Amino acid sequence: MGSTSARNDGSTPGDTGGHAGPGRRDLIKRSAALGLLTVPAMGLLSACATGGGGGGGGGDTTAAAGEKTAKNPLGVKEGAPLEAFIFKGGLGDQYAKDAEADYKATYKAEVKHTGTQQVGPKLTPRFAGGNPPDVIDNSGADHLDMNKLSTQGQLQDLAALLDAPSLDDPAKKVRDTIHPSTIEKGMHGDTFDVLYYAFTVYGTWYSQKLLDARGWAYPKTLDEMVALCGEIKKAGLAPWTYAGKYPYYVHFNLFAQIAKIGGMEKWIAIDNLEPNAWTSNDGVRQVVEHYEELAAKKYFLEGSQGLTHIQSQTAWNKGKAVFLPNGSWVENESAPTTPGDFGMAVGALFDGGGDKLPHGTLRAEPSEPYLVSAKGANPIGGMELLRIMLSKKHAQNFATKVKSLTCVVDATEGMTLSPGLASASKVFKEAGENLISLQLQEWYPALTDEKIGGLTGQLLAGELKAADWIRKTQAEADKVAKDGSVTKFKRTA
Amino acid sequence: MQHGKYRFIVGFLAPPLLIYAVFVVSPFVQAFQISMTDWSGLVGTARFVGLDNFVRLWESDEFWNALWHNVSMLAFVPLVTLALGLFFAFMLNVGGRRRKNEVVTGVAGSRFYKFVFFFPQVVSVTIIAVIWFNIYNPDPADGMLNSLLGAVGLDGLQNAWLGEKSLALWCISAVMVWGHVGFYVVLFSAAMASIPRDIYEAALLDGAGRFPTFFRITLPLLWDTVQTGWVYMGIIALDAFALVQIMSVNMGGPDGATDVMPLRLYLTAFRDSQYGYAAAMGVAMLVVTMAFAVLTLRFARRERIEY
Repeated sequence: MGSTSARNDGSTPGDTGGHAGPGRRDLIKRSAALGLLTVPAMGLLSACATGGGGGGGGGDTTAAAGEKTAKNPLGVKEGAPLEAFIFKGGLGDQYAKDAEADYKATYKAEVKHTGTQQVGPKLTPRFAGGNPPDVIDNSGADHLDMNKLSTQGQLQDLAALLDAPSLDDPAKKVRDTIHPSTIEKGMHGDTFDVLYYAFTVYGTWYSQKLLDARGWAYPKTLDEMVALCGEIKKAGLAPWTYAGKYPYYVHFNLFAQIAKIGGMEKWIAIDNLEPNAWTSNDGVRQVVEHYEELAAKKYFLEGSQGLTHIQSQTAWNKGKAVFLPNGSWVENESAPTTPGDFGMAVGALFDGGGDKLPHGTLRAEPSEPYLVSAKGANPIGGMELLRIMLSKKHAQNFATKVKSLTCVVDATEGMTLSPGLASASKVFKEAGENLISLQLQEWYPALTDEKIGGLTGQLLAGELKAADWIRKTQAEADKVAKDGSVTKFKRTA
Repeated sequence: MQHGKYRFIVGFLAPPLLIYAVFVVSPFVQAFQISMTDWSGLVGTARFVGLDNFVRLWESDEFWNALWHNVSMLAFVPLVTLALGLFFAFMLNVGGRRRKNEVVTGVAGSRFYKFVFFFPQVVSVTIIAVIWFNIYNPDPADGMLNSLLGAVGLDGLQNAWLGEKSLALWCISAVMVWGHVGFYVVLFSAAMASIPRDIYEAALLDGAGRFPTFFRITLPLLWDTVQTGWVYMGIIALDAFALVQIMSVNMGGPDGATDVMPLRLYLTAFRDSQYGYAAAMGVAMLVVTMAFAVLTLRFARRERIEY
């Protein structure tokens, strides 16, 4: 309607709508002119969005610091407030609140706590503005890009925390109480600036009770798995289900299985985006063809390609499907729908042909990345909170509350564990040194989750051949390798 | 009373203009500025890169794929929504059986229908998305649509819906139509109410049925409203962010089948930390939306009938 009346204000001959007085026309023109003038003026003002917080690094000078003592080795300033931003997902955030309560009591300081699933969107503007919270649990689908943060100097170097005495035993450094792979994974270059607090065991999850009741045994090889799937299908159950809405859940097993068969050296080539890393790896072929076979024989619960992780876990809890690719947070996350006698258990990776890594190899990775902001108000307090969390008391609290392992070595010794956690610690112990750690998803989430995830979804729906999956995956990896706007990383071990 | 006129006008115009400038114009201008930098969004500094982001955008398959989906929805969603809205509004106001002393009436129970149609409009889009996500749940027992199909014996039509590459975008478009029809029913009803009854009376005396009445009288007299609705609905189809973000498999999947421009922008900014590139997408979206609005208003223009 606006345009038609505007036309009536014009000077078209024979126009019937010209009764609007010249005064009104003037007014419209003048306000339009005013608007035009305002635009460039605002352009000058607008320099502020990218202008704040940068360069000068004014934040550092105001960082709170106190006196270093035996009880307070990092030198936390008493009474200085602390702010923690905790990812509240499968593990909740109560365990962090418990540690914060101890901090509050020891240092008589206010601790501001936020539990959220939107770490990235909520904190990006605060980092850009130069006032980030002190401690961040940067987990979940919407997490912050830690590589960018690290290269741009936003992350506190946690070396002081590693060298501080542990809370349980002053003779022992924190460094010596946590798993070596936690330290390895938390490095950016030579700086340790990310503390992966938890330990996630990935694998094939199942109900021990269901397997026992039917007389089935957890398969040792990929071929045995296919054979067992045939039996399960005959029994009227679906052998597998998965979270089709988030295909990267399938990658937890698929990628690790590739590394187990093809060997770590060849997986590292994949992590490093080397040319032909996917196409030249026989492990890739074996594993992807295995999934192609599962799809062709319809061994996936029908409709899995549209399920969320929760829906797939629920279907699995109800016994509609036997196996589920997942991580050890599943026990806590699916607790509301898990029957009491479910007997949750996890199995290690399967053997293929000519495997580079032995039977029992497991993908177990440090998880729940905790960051301390270098430019926050209280980075020392942030490190101290982590030191409290790394004590035996809080590691055990974590195991009880959320049924997951922490990076604190042997913290759960002597405790009675829940079935899933007990099974996870058992396979973890059995795997010994043979632990697989993958970086690809951490480094290039757009590649793994969106691109390869899309292909995997098609593969499992039976709409994509294994050979095409491999070819297209290689093409996507090559594209990222060539893309100058994506920060690249290298690993050697 | 001439002397105080300008002070009066400025006094009234300045506050809204200032608010408009700060909250609407300045972010727009800033988006242009940021689109020419490589700003990560995480620190306060950025490098000027000229038009590099736009070149990248032009060469990006993903962006064209997303744009194509928006354009497909633009062709489908407004047409279906407005057609249904017009049809229902006509039936509710004019399409009823003739009764005594009334020239035109709606179908029986039209007040109730009006309420039901409007209902999705008062529910937030997030809730709509979550509800429909569960309706589309592929589980034959838990998914409402699939179990309904099963119950009436149409098992063959059971589907993974949002997990099906060829269906996913249309599943989401259908929700968009469902969510907006009610608003247009009410809007068109209001516009129809202002059409003088004697025009209908004259048509009836000439023996016009429902169809000629609709196409010869109602639609031409509603044209301005339809045109506005078209632009508004088109802008909604060019967005679609919330529905796609919540409902789609693997964020715009399966395999990119439901990707839309705003989702691309969101992922580029918040997942990939490339705010400069994301801002360039925003600028491109502005261009597309503006072009659509201008073209629609330009070509849909018709003679206006005064009544």
